[in-house]
This record gives sequence, structure tokens and C-alpha cells, in this order.
Amino acid sequence: MIGIIDYGMGNLYSVSKALERMNYNYVISSSPEELSKAKGLILPGVGSFKDAIEILNETGLAYFIKETVAAGTPLLGICLGMQLLFEESEENGISEGLGLLQGKIVKIPGVTSSGETYKVPHMGWNELENRNPSPLLEDVDGGHVYFVHSYYATTTDQDIVLASSIYNVEVPAVVGKGNVFGTQFHPEKSSELGLTILRNYAAIVEERVS
Amino acid sequence: MITKRIIPCLDVKEGRVVKGVQFVELRDAGDPVELAKFYDAEGADELVFLDISASHEGRKTMVEVVERVAAELAIPFTVGGGINSLEDMKRILRAGADKVSLNTAAVLNPSLIKEGADFFGSQCIVVAIDAKYDETLGSWRVYTHGGRKETNWEVVAWAKEAIKQGAGEILLTSMDKDGRKDGYNLKLTSAVSTAVSVPVIASGGAGNALHFAQAFAEGKADAALAASIFHYKETSVKEVKQYLKEEGVNVR
Repeated sequence: MIGIIDYGMGNLYSVSKALERMNYNYVISSSPEELSKAKGLILPGVGSFKDAIEILNETGLAYFIKETVAAGTPLLGICLGMQLLFEESEENGISEGLGLLQGKIVKIPGVTSSGETYKVPHMGWNELENRNPSPLLEDVDGGHVYFVHSYYATTTDQDIVLASSIYNVEVPAVVGKGNVFGTQFHPEKSSELGLTILRNYAAIVEERVS
Repeated sequence: MITKRIIPCLDVKEGRVVKGVQFVELRDAGDPVELAKFYDAEGADELVFLDISASHEGRKTMVEVVERVAAELAIPFTVGGGINSLEDMKRILRAGADKVSLNTAAVLNPSLIKEGADFFGSQCIVVAIDAKYDETLGSWRVYTHGGRKETNWEVVAWAKEAIKQGAGEILLTSMDKDGRKDGYNLKLTSAVSTAVSVPVIASGGAGNALHFAQAFAEGKADAALAASIFHYKETSVKEVKQYLKEEGVNVR
């Protein structure tokens, strides 16, 4: 069973429906007690980093996530949920993230080095370029996925960048280290390719426990 | 780099897709879910559902349609038509739509855009603009109430205001071009797209694959929407994308 963390800022419906279509059991909950029964977690998220981390801290979910991940349970962050895995974000002033991955969340500049402007948010289908092998990217080699975001992750730990997409800057699109994973795009909205990634995550969850 | 998006638009009335959809291979060409899946399989990048129900019951039915579509569709979709309040937005987005599109209600009450964007994030809020050229004024004006009412807003000015309020995307329909199938309004599209910082969807006038290429090249659009040419199978999403690829346009 996969636990979808409900902290009031998620696109829970589409994530859960995608799991349902693949016949995976899930529970949507805001209660650490309920969620601790799950073999793996998904942290969705739409909205601002600052609001999200405040809620996670206040509800004790941040502590729960860190403890559970330290104990080896797999975690997949989606979109804002992926950004929350990093150390800090500059969205609406600096705020601290969960610190599970090394790096910072910064604004997509919207202007090239030669001064040309381009549109932010990064919205639409962009191509994945595989960077590092991972079980999350089993049977995935390139292809298009659906992004909607204005901030992106920067990291000096290139080993955690499993795939990236170019939007003037190089946007880490799939990240991962140990049992912590994240996708900047929405796999649940990325047609077959996105569902493959969710299926791979579900397989990781099953494997770790058995 | 990011691809240009092709977006079929479906009119839904009392829970059924209307306006002559001619798909013999579908069991039920009036079922929004079947059509959504069909367009997904054809390579549509996104879908727009426009609720043209006149009744309260029809609007309630739309929420059920959204739930059913969301349960089966793995690409983003927007719902527009008759969304007048934050409550309306909540109902549609919680039912599983990725974005809502505001038109008349946004012009009458621009703070509605802000309310929606504050609650759900700008990425959820599309502002749809119906534009028509005014010869005497020499500019495009914004129309509301399904194109029946002219407002005092000049189109670019309104687009900028809508974005200031929190709109994350602009769906721009040329009333002069709509239904004529002789191409998008490239001047209008380019005027808006180059003036704003968010993606612009061109709408109105698509008749063939070339028109899509023009919307992207000259119109500077980020996405292009069409209805009847897809529904009547005058062309398909697949054909349009094939053509665009050959022309060097970056598509999925």
C-alpha cells in the first residue's frame, strides 16, 4: 500500500486515480499513524513552498516523513513535493525544506544570458534526458512529460539528478538518492510515460519491503 | 525544449459532448470520457471542456463529468463555462480538473482571478478572452457573455491586468476568425503573446495543419486550440503533429 500524504496542498485526486488504474492500493491521509502503515509514501504538492513546509512542520508531518525515510521507507515527491525534499527554497523569502536532498530551489530566471526573455511558468510538455540510471527510470529513455512550475532545483550533487529537461536552464526533472525520489513534472498527467514512472515507483515500494 | 501544445476543445451540454462529433470508431461519440481517451491516444497534449449547459442541473452534471474524465485521463485538462465564483472553481478542481478557465466572470470581477490564484496557484487559473477588432477604435476589444457584449477593455491591456491578478495562462479566441477555418488571427495572437509573460493559447480559425504552424511561428503562440476540424475529422491531432514535425516545430 502507498500512502499519499494529504496536507491540504496536493493534486491528490489525479495521483490516487492513476494508482487506482494500475491496481495499486493506496491511502490518502494526513495522519502519521495511518500513513505509517504504508510501505511507501507519495508527497504531492501544488502551491507555494513556504506555505507547504509550514503546514508540514505544524502538523508534525515533516518530522514523520524524515523519521520514516530514515527507517528506509521509499518516498516520492511530485512537483512542489519534490522541491520540498531539498534543503531550502527562495520562494517568498528563504525557507528551509526537508533537507533529504542536497540543493536549493530557485526561480527560473525567465531571461537568457544574452538578455532575451522567455515565459515563466515552465508549462507544458518537455523532453526528458536521462542522466543517471535508477530503478525509477526502468524502461524510460527520453520522452515527453508534463511540467508546470516557476521554481527549480539547483544542486552540486550531480549524482542525484536522474533525468533533466532543458528550459533555457537545466531543470532537474527526476531526482533520487537511496529511497528518496522526486519528479518536478506530474507523472500522473504525463500520459503513458508518466504512468510507467509511477509503476516503477510502486515496484520499488514492493521490493524494499519483501 | 518545451513543445508546442495541440488542444482539442469539447463543448459539453448537460453532461454530453455536443456539436457534431463524427467518430465512427467510438461506441458513443457523445460521451466526454470516450472522446477524451480518444484524443489522448491520438497525441493531444491537453483538453479543454467548455460547459455550455444552460441549467443548474447541467452544471451539477458537469462535476460528475469532470470526475469521470479525471479518473480515466492521464493528460491535463481545463474546464470552462459558467464558472462564476471561488466555490465553482473549488467544485471543478476538486473533482479532478487541472485548470479552470474564467471569462465573463473575470471581466466583471477581476479579483475573482486573484481569489482563485491565491487558493489554487496561478497554474490552475486560465483567463479566456474573446477578442474582436473594432474598426473605429483601431484595436481589439474584449467581449463577454459568449461574445454578445462589448466591454471597454482593449485586449492586451486586459490580458496584462488578468495576469497581474494571477492568471497563469491566456486562452485567446478571435471572434473575427472563429468558425471561418482560414487560419488563426496571427496579428492578435502575436500582439498578446509578445506582451505577456505567461503562455498564450491561440483559438479561432484553425482549418488545416498549416494554420497551426502559423500560430506558432508568426502568432508566437505557446499552444493552439481547435474544435470542429478535429471533431469532423477534417484533420487529426496526429496529422497536425506529423506536419509540424516536418516543418521543424517542436511537438511531442
